Amino acid sequence: MLSTTVNTRKWQGLRLPQLNSNMIGGATRAVTLPLIGILAFLLLWSVAAQSIDTSLGKFPGPGAVFEQFEALHEEHQRSREKEVAFYERQEVRNAKRVAEDPSYEPKIRDYTGKETFVDQIFTSLITVMSGFLLAAAIAIPLGITVGLSRTLNSAINPIVQIFKPVSPLAWLPLVTMVVSALYTTPDPAIAKSFLNSMITVTLCCLWPMVINTAMGVASIDDDLVNVSKVLRLPALRHVQKVVLPASVPMIFAGMRLSLGVAWMVLIAAEMLAQNPGLGKFVWDEFQNGSSDSLARIMAAVIVIGFIGFLLDRGMQALQRLVSWDNAAN
Amino acid sequence: MQWKKPFRKLASSLALTLTFGVAAAPTVSEELGYPEKEELTFGFIKLTDMAPIAIAYEKGFFEDEGLYVTIEAQANWKVLLDGVIDGRLDGAHMLAGQPIAATMGFGTEAEIITPFSMDLNGNGITVSNAIWEEMKPNIPKRDDGKPVHPIKADALKPVVEKYKEDGKPFNMGMVFPVSTHNYELRYWLAAGGIHPGYYAPHKGDISGHIDADALLSVTPPPQMPATLEAGTIYGYCVGEPWNQQAVFKGIGVPVVTDYEIWKDNPEKVFGITREFAEKYPNTTIRLTRALIRAAMWLDENNNANRSQAVEILSQSNYVGADYEVIANSMTGTFEYEKGDKREVPDFNVFFRYNATYPYYSDAIWYLTQMRRWGQIPEDKPDAWYKELAARVYRPDIYEAAAKSLIAEKLATAAQFPDFESEDGFRDPQTHFIDGIVYNGHKPNEYIEKFPIGLKSGQKL
Repeated sequence: MLSTTVNTRKWQGLRLPQLNSNMIGGATRAVTLPLIGILAFLLLWSVAAQSIDTSLGKFPGPGAVFEQFEALHEEHQRSREKEVAFYERQEVRNAKRVAEDPSYEPKIRDYTGKETFVDQIFTSLITVMSGFLLAAAIAIPLGITVGLSRTLNSAINPIVQIFKPVSPLAWLPLVTMVVSALYTTPDPAIAKSFLNSMITVTLCCLWPMVINTAMGVASIDDDLVNVSKVLRLPALRHVQKVVLPASVPMIFAGMRLSLGVAWMVLIAAEMLAQNPGLGKFVWDEFQNGSSDSLARIMAAVIVIGFIGFLLDRGMQALQRLVSWDNAAN
Repeated sequence: MQWKKPFRKLASSLALTLTFGVAAAPTVSEELGYPEKEELTFGFIKLTDMAPIAIAYEKGFFEDEGLYVTIEAQANWKVLLDGVIDGRLDGAHMLAGQPIAATMGFGTEAEIITPFSMDLNGNGITVSNAIWEEMKPNIPKRDDGKPVHPIKADALKPVVEKYKEDGKPFNMGMVFPVSTHNYELRYWLAAGGIHPGYYAPHKGDISGHIDADALLSVTPPPQMPATLEAGTIYGYCVGEPWNQQAVFKGIGVPVVTDYEIWKDNPEKVFGITREFAEKYPNTTIRLTRALIRAAMWLDENNNANRSQAVEILSQSNYVGADYEVIANSMTGTFEYEKGDKREVPDFNVFFRYNATYPYYSDAIWYLTQMRRWGQIPEDKPDAWYKELAARVYRPDIYEAAAKSLIAEKLATAAQFPDFESEDGFRDPQTHFIDGIVYNGHKPNEYIEKFPIGLKSGQKL
């Protein structure tokens, strides 16, 4: 039997069932209380920040971080202007070269300027989704197979249990070396750094999905299995008509767990390997050691947290959409 | 030995190159062709001496050559070197020792060449506040109460001895086993009678701690101040702005600059693989042209452009430290103890004094230090030093780039060495902190002169 079930009831984001009493009105619960919580946090943060002295100056409070959000936004705008100028210059240069050498086929190269904070966010999002989808494509079929067969389950269980707790920091050097060795094209269409981050994410978020899927499949109601047996459904039909619908809630609970892991792993992998993305942004700023660095890192931390929250909410919405037993409500 | 085998091949090819001199090198065609590879990625470490790359990008010198360059900061020197070797990077800002050691086979083995030397000077040695307080009584004062510079390691010696007596290791940081900083720190320590330890790669000992009074270990440049602050090391040798950052943060005191250890010493180089240079000759010459123009721009009109350069370097995608921190050294001053700011007009030299020309004698100096500290475990004849230097340092490419710039009136012949008579060796250099004279033609004789260090015939 694969261990650790994921109790979806513990996974309900900000909902606090204990407070769900008639004493507090719906509106109060939805708006006022979170607002109070956030304000209290901001207050605590600014007080604490004032009393922490680092060698780079005071720890940034909410004000400093807000300023950096503005600065990052301005940087992004400036970079876009530069990008436009870059393409204009390129066209002029191409035209000149075609005039000199008519056989030349003009080519537009990508902008070579720096990646802004906004670009880094998108890079991270694309990487995490690719890694996650790849993991899902492997884990769900694997989980179903393992869940259906007790023999396979016993054989694979120890491997899953051993790999599950491995940190991305351990996988990364291996992944980097293997990708470098196997992926050798002179002009790669997909960047190696992207592959490294993505595969590390896949390796780390594979396991919760395998475990949960197997769990879900193995714990299908015996009645359902018996019905399938009575109807003499062929194996594939059995999976399609009985196993999948019955285990979808568990599969999605596993996917949601995995996506959370994937996001955390990705940031760590980017920091360690200097692969493009939010993790690299944080590490670069730490290396810069400028008087704005801490505030910029804090800004990134908030964005990382916020995106993580949105990803989880997105998965939750999807789970609700797909599973009809309302386990995710 | 490991490098004997490739060496036989090298010796014959070199004999050829040396005999025919420049004639055997790719000849400068009247008109330089279009670049074979236009999209390039260059790596760098967050240090002010990467400036020529940033300037060549920002001022459009790369684009003028038809090169579309992406510039990427790297986590540390090892990652950067591996990036160039496995082709993730087309070229990079490198420690002068990296192409030399890689070609020789110390550490990672790969053929890396340099057509362009990036700068002179630019490093310093910083100690923590606590060590500085202990050193201070041993340093003579000027009339105004400020310490007399250059400060020798003699002042540090009693401190290190005290640590040794107490059984505590005296840890210091440098940035890479074959870095300029490792050799500079060792040079300074040894000149003051502190043994920095030997390497014995033939026995698998690459820690460099044999017989050491001070234990030197590797820390990436931007992490130096944080590591010093954490107390893991008591001092370090690193490039700018990471010495000035210690002053700015109030965590340490730079005691000596490399300018004072060896006036106008060669520093970083621009490294590419030999394969790249052979496959893309026009691209190689063109990128060298762009870098030469950037270096000229940096030193133009008596450093008139430096404040603009500092502004560019302080962008978060380049060095990223605060403007004031970078400006301290880049604009010709250096702040030792807080408030003790002194003029060092040549702290960063990017073009004058033929700073960018890849002199064989510069490479040979690095080799002498590798032999001195045991990274080259056995004696080598003088000719070996010359041959290895000629394999890595490529003035022929530099010359082709410079001549085409002269032809296009983007530079004048007077700004470069006289290529007709240049043999790649600087005149014997005398400006070392211990007064020892270096003559690149006689590396073995030079190695013999050091009181601390391996001598001929010695093997660990």
